[in-house]
Amino acid sequence: MEIKVLGPGCPNCQDLERRVKQALKELNLEAQVIKVTDFAEISKYVMMTPGVVINEKVKHSGKPLPQVDKIKNWIKEETA
Amino acid sequence: MFKWFADFITYQLLNLPRGEHLSESLNFLLYDIPKIYTLLISVVFFVAILRSFLPPERIRKILSHEKEFIGNILAAALGIFTPFCTCSAIPLFIGMLESGVPLGVTMSFLVSSPTINEVALVLLWGLFGWRVAVTYIVSGMFVAVVAGFVIGRLKMEKYVEDFVYKTKIIADAPEARLTWKERIAGGIEYTRDIFSQVWLYILIGVGIGAFIHGYVPVDLVLRYAGKANPLAVPIAVLIGVPLYANCAGAIPVVQAILEKGLPLGTSLAFLMAVTGLSLPEFIILRKVLKPRLLLTFFGAVALGIILIGYFFNLVF
Repeated sequence: MEIKVLGPGCPNCQDLERRVKQALKELNLEAQVIKVTDFAEISKYVMMTPGVVINEKVKHSGKPLPQVDKIKNWIKEETA
Repeated sequence: MFKWFADFITYQLLNLPRGEHLSESLNFLLYDIPKIYTLLISVVFFVAILRSFLPPERIRKILSHEKEFIGNILAAALGIFTPFCTCSAIPLFIGMLESGVPLGVTMSFLVSSPTINEVALVLLWGLFGWRVAVTYIVSGMFVAVVAGFVIGRLKMEKYVEDFVYKTKIIADAPEARLTWKERIAGGIEYTRDIFSQVWLYILIGVGIGAFIHGYVPVDLVLRYAGKANPLAVPIAVLIGVPLYANCAGAIPVVQAILEKGLPLGTSLAFLMAVTGLSLPEFIILRKVLKPRLLLTFFGAVALGIILIGYFFNLVF
């Protein structure tokens, strides 16, 4: 599984990355977490940062940030 | 109710004499803070619910079908409900252009979205009254529409950085079907987010405002920044530019200065410069706009704001 966290590196994006890693840890799963900071690349997926893309599917964009439980559900959807 | 609360604490509980500097400042503070916080929480929540029906993907779909002018007006209106943080300026810009929204219409959105935001409106409504709040919305939309329309007419597409038109959107964000429970939960979270960001600035701003209210003499403001000084409007705009993040703190201060004789047009121009002309946003937009377009954009917005300032000083 490949998880992309989209955002130029503001505190929100860093917080989101932490939550994604937390979700993976709680599920005992390994996945490749890629931080996408390039604006051209971000713009391909979302209009509002920060964003989460799992297996090339946009799961989230903008604020407020998703709760860890919600991220866990997305990961489960993709692993099922 | 808020007035009663403030009077009760100042004059009954603390037994301060009416008409003195200290008691008038304290009364002002105790009256404004609970009123503004209540307004803020309810309005931000309401707007967050509204916005859950208008994600940016839907907005760009609406705007991509519109011609110029009508599109500019619509973009300015939709911008009111859709604040974005500076980091999102570029993905929004590229996302709109890529789905066929004209450059000028996109610019109208980029002006109106930060200029007319719910926090500014709450403070204007709570401190200046609804007439000024409505005037502010109309003026902000006017500047957004005119600046965007002018840029559209100037055919400046070639001054957009080349990679922008080459970016291909590969995935569309899910047209999420939210349940009401999710909308309300999101609204509460968003409200908490905003409140934790601005409550302190508001408190400081109202505190400074209360001080001005009680201590600064009227003729001081009139002498330097009254209508007789033709440079007051552009200077107010210049001072406003670096204050971008603090519209929540700036508005209460401006309200107190307005009470001391600062003309309405100058006050509006200053506030629009604080919210609409944000330096970090312009710096970040340089990544997608070549200098010429960036300067035109900045200039058109600044000029629009200054004209609004003079207009209201003349009329009122």
